[in-house]
Amino acid sequence: MSDPRVSHIPPQAAPVRLWHLAFRSRNLVIGGALTLIFVAAALISFVWTPFDITQLDIANKIKSPSARNPLGTDHFGRDILSMIMVGARTSIAVAVVAVGIGMLFGVPLGLWAAARKGSLLDEVIMRANDLIFAFPALLIAIMITAALGPSAINAIAAIGIFNIPVFARITRSGALSLWQREFVMAARVSGKNAARISVEHILPNVTNLLIVQGTIQFSLGILAEAGLSYVGLGAQPPIPSWGRMLADSQTMISFAPHMALFPGLAILLTVLGLNLMGDGLRDLFDPKLRRSRQ
Amino acid sequence: MLRYTLKRLVSLAISLAVASVVIFLAIEVLPGDPAAYMLGVNAQEDTVAALREQLGLNGTMWERYSSWIGGLLTGDFGISYTYRTPVADMIADRMQVSLPLAIYALTLSTLIAFPAGILAASRRGSAADVSIMGITQLGVAIPNFWFAMLMVLIFAINLRWFSAGGFPGWDAGLYPALKSLTLPAISLALPQASILARIMRSSLLDTLSEDFIRTARAKGLTRAQALRRHALRNALIPVLTIIGLQFSFLLAGAIIIENVFFLPGLGRLIFQSISSRDLIVVESVVMLLVFAVVLVNFAVEITYALVDPRLRHRS
Amino acid sequence: MTLLEIESLDLDIHGTPILRDVSLTVAPGQIVGVIGESGSGKSMTAFAVMQLLPNGTTCKGRVTLSGHDMLALPEARLCKLRGDEVGMVFQEPMTALNPIRTIGDQVAETILIHEDVTKAEAMARAREALNRVELPADRFPLTRYPHELSGGQRQRVVIAMAIALRPKLLIADEPTTALDVTTQAQILELLKRLVREDGMGMLMITHDLAVVADMADEIVIMQHGRVVERGACPAIFSNLQHPYSKALLAASSHIPDRACRTTDAPLLEVNRVVRDYRLPRKTLFGAPVVIHAVKGVSFTLERGESLGLVGESGCGKSTLTRAILGLEEVQGGTIRLDGQPVFDGHRVNRAVRRRMQVVFQDPYGSFNPRHRVERLVTEPFHLLETPPTGAARDRAVDEALTSVGLTPADKDKYIHEFSGGQRQRIAIARALIIKPDLIILDEAVSALDVQVRAQILDLLAELSAKFGLTYLFISHDLSVVRSITDRVLVMKSGEIVEQGPTTRVFDDPQHPYTQQLIAAAPRLPETAA
Repeated sequence: MSDPRVSHIPPQAAPVRLWHLAFRSRNLVIGGALTLIFVAAALISFVWTPFDITQLDIANKIKSPSARNPLGTDHFGRDILSMIMVGARTSIAVAVVAVGIGMLFGVPLGLWAAARKGSLLDEVIMRANDLIFAFPALLIAIMITAALGPSAINAIAAIGIFNIPVFARITRSGALSLWQREFVMAARVSGKNAARISVEHILPNVTNLLIVQGTIQFSLGILAEAGLSYVGLGAQPPIPSWGRMLADSQTMISFAPHMALFPGLAILLTVLGLNLMGDGLRDLFDPKLRRSRQ
Repeated sequence: MLRYTLKRLVSLAISLAVASVVIFLAIEVLPGDPAAYMLGVNAQEDTVAALREQLGLNGTMWERYSSWIGGLLTGDFGISYTYRTPVADMIADRMQVSLPLAIYALTLSTLIAFPAGILAASRRGSAADVSIMGITQLGVAIPNFWFAMLMVLIFAINLRWFSAGGFPGWDAGLYPALKSLTLPAISLALPQASILARIMRSSLLDTLSEDFIRTARAKGLTRAQALRRHALRNALIPVLTIIGLQFSFLLAGAIIIENVFFLPGLGRLIFQSISSRDLIVVESVVMLLVFAVVLVNFAVEITYALVDPRLRHRS
Repeated sequence: MTLLEIESLDLDIHGTPILRDVSLTVAPGQIVGVIGESGSGKSMTAFAVMQLLPNGTTCKGRVTLSGHDMLALPEARLCKLRGDEVGMVFQEPMTALNPIRTIGDQVAETILIHEDVTKAEAMARAREALNRVELPADRFPLTRYPHELSGGQRQRVVIAMAIALRPKLLIADEPTTALDVTTQAQILELLKRLVREDGMGMLMITHDLAVVADMADEIVIMQHGRVVERGACPAIFSNLQHPYSKALLAASSHIPDRACRTTDAPLLEVNRVVRDYRLPRKTLFGAPVVIHAVKGVSFTLERGESLGLVGESGCGKSTLTRAILGLEEVQGGTIRLDGQPVFDGHRVNRAVRRRMQVVFQDPYGSFNPRHRVERLVTEPFHLLETPPTGAARDRAVDEALTSVGLTPADKDKYIHEFSGGQRQRIAIARALIIKPDLIILDEAVSALDVQVRAQILDLLAELSAKFGLTYLFISHDLSVVRSITDRVLVMKSGEIVEQGPTTRVFDDPQHPYTQQLIAAAPRLPETAA
């Protein structure tokens, strides 16, 4: 029987109010600031770094932090601050492209599966997703590397492939609940087909979900890239990368701990920033969830 | 329940079949001629041909695939090209490190995450909740291999409580073996525990806001009783899903962590095989890891049905 | 001595006033009905008695339950009283039970929490409580899980939990709102019996005047967190003082002013329509289960007529609606609008579809929250070969909005800026904009408060007179169908069991099911009309 109670859509806040709320959210401000710092560092590194990282300076190798090198130097005498700035480029590029791949394939697949819910197509898409979930990004990278050799491109492909089912699932589950809504029924009564409804009505209403998931996958992508580069399956020399800086530092950790400390901190802070931002955005978009997540 | 289990078993078998095809294609077909790839660019024509013969690469793709699968099913994983020993023996050897490490880490992670998540949820907004949430926020963001390096720096190099790496083998006794796995297990467990504790907390909070909790409170249950008797088991369902998913991340993480601590596990084996281009070993180890992931997910799905009567009855 | 006494209760949540100066009493054996529209604070009054309130709630005043000062007691003492002295039944039976524990377990828990008895004895007494709510042991063993029961049966389990210890007071918060009308009648009957047998006091919260009218001893009417009127029932209905109570009563029994304009020109012809669903196979190799949702339904809708379609959940009326709208293909029979089939082969006939529109139940879910009203109401233009553009389009939007009582300026707003009633007006504007012949109203007023519902019914009557519209009015609410339709179809299990002029069917039902439905529908006392 028709339940007289109604499901409430959280009222969409006007843009001005949204900004106001955004600034009041501690998560969003801190997370946004951290993210901004690393994005800025990556961008600035294109035009300026404190030292040229392509120049080796053996005389100054393995120096602790000083006024000249605020974060010290590595075993080739390169400035670690400059390395981290350039390394941010690699991390961000890999993560952005990997999230892009995940969304580009995952979102349409999720929309399609939801529009044909219960059909063979839906089943095939979802089973394929389950299958990819059985291969952690690292295993995909290992297979690709074993077959094609290690490179940054392969790392992107591995993380990107792993992202596809993540976005497909979140899109599908968001879309499925929207397909139950009466405004979709109204669109069908107006003669619109599934593709048009998906683009016009479903997609705009899952963007919030996608933005939040996007930030989370972005941070996971940075972690994954660091891990892959650390074991030598990611960016290859001479491209600087945070993961490889850590790998290089490992044998020297007892006498040059700064070489291990700062690249790791860079990863930690970037990922922390993105996660905080994701949490903040989720709270902002869906006040209902605010009570349960901090 | 029996039907449910059977259905899951069928889907398990299908997943494994498809996964094996994917792995086979990626490793034996993608590189072109695996024999030439394994020997490198300077190889002699006849050595390549000999290797092709030895690896059975001359058959059709279907023949090669079926002989690989047939071998896997009978425990014959082939002969490692570089070590000239049966891959099955190598894997069995390495499993003695990797499996205990995974179990050790999963146990630690669950033991930390459950109480932390329950405490945070039951005292929402308290100092305990805020600090648990803060710590786990860091735990989620920390790369586990970097955390492992810091642990080595502090506990092995500075405090000298543990050795910095290596594995004495189980023959050296239970205590030394476990001790050498402790730092790796903690490095793996803490980031996992952070994620798990957060999921536990939010799942519990979701369950606590359900109508049936209000019903329980109206019956006269205290908040703590309602949490214990009604919320926990319901909240466990999403947590189980995450534990299942995490297992695959744990395996992947273990591959890296084994490298940090120079542990002779499957992860080290994989990287050694990649650098020596020993595709036979890579192929079998990847298949084994995928098998482990799929098997754990199967176990999780069976556990769902034990927890939730709706699943038991549905099929 | 009174059992429950609420004296000038003020309640705030995070500083927002929810209740102001609420006073009421319940004596043993007495049934007190608390009535109000959504947001009147009636449920919060119930939760204040239980002291189960959201965080950040502050209470002032007095709540005394059999001598206990509920506002002053520590939580531990309150837990002892809940379930023992006072039991509670909730609105939504589908979610009120723990899905993963057996019903026996959950009923026995009430006893185990409060008394020092063995598990076996608690189970035996749970059995007794379930028997009392008419869930016999042979069909409802203690080992059943909630998902194996229907909504009405689950509500009985909740009641069994609440009365297991024979509390002195039972609080029922909209206990039948989510249930079908025949189930509702049975649950109300059960509650009355239990109150009588145990000499319990009962506080019955509802939005529906008719539900409490024939069972309550006293009625309390609430508005905006205040009690506006109290009095003995049913005498109070003939002597209401407060303007709000009068308006509420008038709206509850409102009949829109409309003339019967039935012609003899058939507009919609539904002929032996069959719609089956194939459920996913339950077993791996078993045959798929087929559900016959609509079994050969035939009826005709005359041009200008208002036809009602009533039935309980699962009777197939939603399926039939979707088939008429051409959203789902039927397996047998034909549906024709003005002689043309809705389905042309396997394709939807757009020429037919643009002549029908629909208004749905949920005023909150019927609109894409990201679009402005203008875009929302013009969506049906998609059905036209050449949709109007520019000034013609603006004119059409303005006209549609004006005719439903809104202003052209509303077209630039987003949907969240409107109340439930206004949203339903926008939904009607969306239906009107392509000037259809037939409008299907699918539970279109079911989610609205009574006063808003009365206004929307008036609007529908007015529009039908003005534009010569034909309505197919689908509802579970018999009083609404009675007030707005000329003819009515009664549907049960995929078949139409009775049809005829509305007054005839309601006054002299022929089919036993129709008789049962009409007998079950709660009615306001005659004095009120």
